[in-house]
Amino acid sequence: MIILATFKIALRALRRNTLRTLLTMLGIIIGVGAVIAVVSIGSGAKAQVEAQIASMGQNVIMILSGNVSRGGFRMGFGTAGTLTREDFEAIRKELPDISGISPEVWASAQIAVGNQNTSTSVRGVGVDYLDIRSWRLTSGANFTEADVRNGSKVALIGKTTADLLFGDEDPVGKIIRIKNAPFTIVGLLAAKGMSGPGYDQDDIIFVPYTSAMTRLVGPGQTTFRSLTAQAATAKLVPTVQNEITNLLRQRHRIGPEREDDFLVRTQQEISEMATATSKIMTWLLGSVAAVSLLVGGIGIMNIMLVSVTERTREIGIRMAVGARGRDILLQFLTEAVVLSVLGGCLGIFIGVLSSRVLPRVLSSLGVVTLVSPTSIVVAFLFSAVIGIFFGFYPARKASQLDPIESLRYE
Amino acid sequence: MHAVVKLEDFRKTYYAGEVEVPAVRGVSLEIRQGEFVAIMGASGSGKSTMMNTIGCLDRPTHGRYFLDGVDVGELERDELADLRNEKIGFVFQGFNLLSRTSALENVELPMLYARRGVRGREQLERAMQALDLVGLSDRADHHPNQLSGGQQQRVAIARALVNQPKLLLADEPTGNLDSRTSIEIMGVFQNLNDQAMTIVMVTHELDIARYAKRNVIMRDGRIVNDLPVTERLAAGHELQRLEREQKDVQLVS
Repeated sequence: MIILATFKIALRALRRNTLRTLLTMLGIIIGVGAVIAVVSIGSGAKAQVEAQIASMGQNVIMILSGNVSRGGFRMGFGTAGTLTREDFEAIRKELPDISGISPEVWASAQIAVGNQNTSTSVRGVGVDYLDIRSWRLTSGANFTEADVRNGSKVALIGKTTADLLFGDEDPVGKIIRIKNAPFTIVGLLAAKGMSGPGYDQDDIIFVPYTSAMTRLVGPGQTTFRSLTAQAATAKLVPTVQNEITNLLRQRHRIGPEREDDFLVRTQQEISEMATATSKIMTWLLGSVAAVSLLVGGIGIMNIMLVSVTERTREIGIRMAVGARGRDILLQFLTEAVVLSVLGGCLGIFIGVLSSRVLPRVLSSLGVVTLVSPTSIVVAFLFSAVIGIFFGFYPARKASQLDPIESLRYE
Repeated sequence: MHAVVKLEDFRKTYYAGEVEVPAVRGVSLEIRQGEFVAIMGASGSGKSTMMNTIGCLDRPTHGRYFLDGVDVGELERDELADLRNEKIGFVFQGFNLLSRTSALENVELPMLYARRGVRGREQLERAMQALDLVGLSDRADHHPNQLSGGQQQRVAIARALVNQPKLLLADEPTGNLDSRTSIEIMGVFQNLNDQAMTIVMVTHELDIARYAKRNVIMRDGRIVNDLPVTERLAAGHELQRLEREQKDVQLVS
């Protein structure tokens, strides 16, 4: 039998009982809609984390100082201060596979220009830092190796901070006071934008780490909480990770049986850790939604069985005029698939719609959604498969009816 | 002329659990092309079983059945379906039209299942031709519930004819119709028979059987009588007579 005719028959049969058709589809609609919405929230969160990680730069390797255990509590990494300036110099000189390395000294300080003042984070870094973290300058230039050596009072300013303090004026050459010490601005950083809700990457000031250590963080701090290195190529990342680990173990005189007093993490590992949680959540919610799809499928099977019984006589007539078992099977299977795919399409529509609306409704939670084409295709195919799977049994039952008895059926 | 229907010692036994129920106990029958046969018998005489077998809806448990030279006993379920589609046109007592489906689409139904496949345009043409043949081409888009019983039965006849079958098989075709419409339907059958269509009709009404050319009487699963109709009724003539009678009692004006 011609496929087109089969479709026409199926559509007519479904139109005959619109309310029943809609109610049957509802299970699939809700299931598919829920899957798409949930997956879009998951991929939104994942994309956000990935963007954050990507803004860290390429082939980045983080070296964190060890942690301190105090009374059974383990403090966070970086608390022990095991990374010295000599470690930094050694890595920089001895490992040829890294294209750059810089310490990161974190501080928060009051900034003042004339009568304007603001509080922002100040980071002490090396000359390589801008390249490693893919920061670009819109005007001025990076500070020099000499600035770092001498602990010069020079600074690079982020777009947001610059706008706040100087408005439209070019801040390069201006003097700002950081914790009352005058710093000359030598460069304006290009904007990077928000990385996650409420966190503005451009609200920042970079100074040479030497200046930061002498003037901004407490006196007597001579160690770094973290270093940021960059492997020359993506392929070299694991090698560099090993080289750094070995070098630091050697320098810190750690015996073969003992644990590292530092942590070397690649960007890959960081992003995996960050996305793992959202992945688990997506799977969890996704499988709950998938269960509702299953329930929808059972609803289809139920209605198709009723439909086969109701239309026994029709089946008998069709068989009498020459329909083969396969023709009847195909007819009822088509009906089930049309039912489920139609429901799937409506579900996709509702899922996409709700993934548009959800971020607005839940804006306070900072929910970001991203509808992936894959999830749409998968949902569509899945609903078709449900139609075939749950439609097959009723359709087979119909195709095996006896024509004589079917014709007599009242 | 070769036989359209040929039964050789045909038997059919049904099983109700362990009990054997013989429905037909050995029938040999030959129906040649162009014949118009009425099979008669009381209920339980086995005529429905004969009908189902001749219509290829069922196979004999014993003996052989040839339809247009094809040995039906050898065939699979699907092959039986193909045979019904190509060689047999069914007309039922209860019309058996698909409800909420237009007359035209009902008539097109057998072509949907034709193995050779019929193009949309040819489908429409052939369906309209068949409707024209039964005088209903102006009701093509009516649904069964908008048609009278007689009209519904004509649509069913058009459906039976649309694949140009070898055999028209009618099961109590006038059972649900009044006397006047019954005669009209018999008129359609006689017309078709005049154009060489082979017709087998099961009926229990004696006067309806008299429109056929040959009467086969069954009792207890056997043929007890097989005779040509001597005083055959002509539908056209009977219709005129009925009209006269109805006028006499002022049933119609």
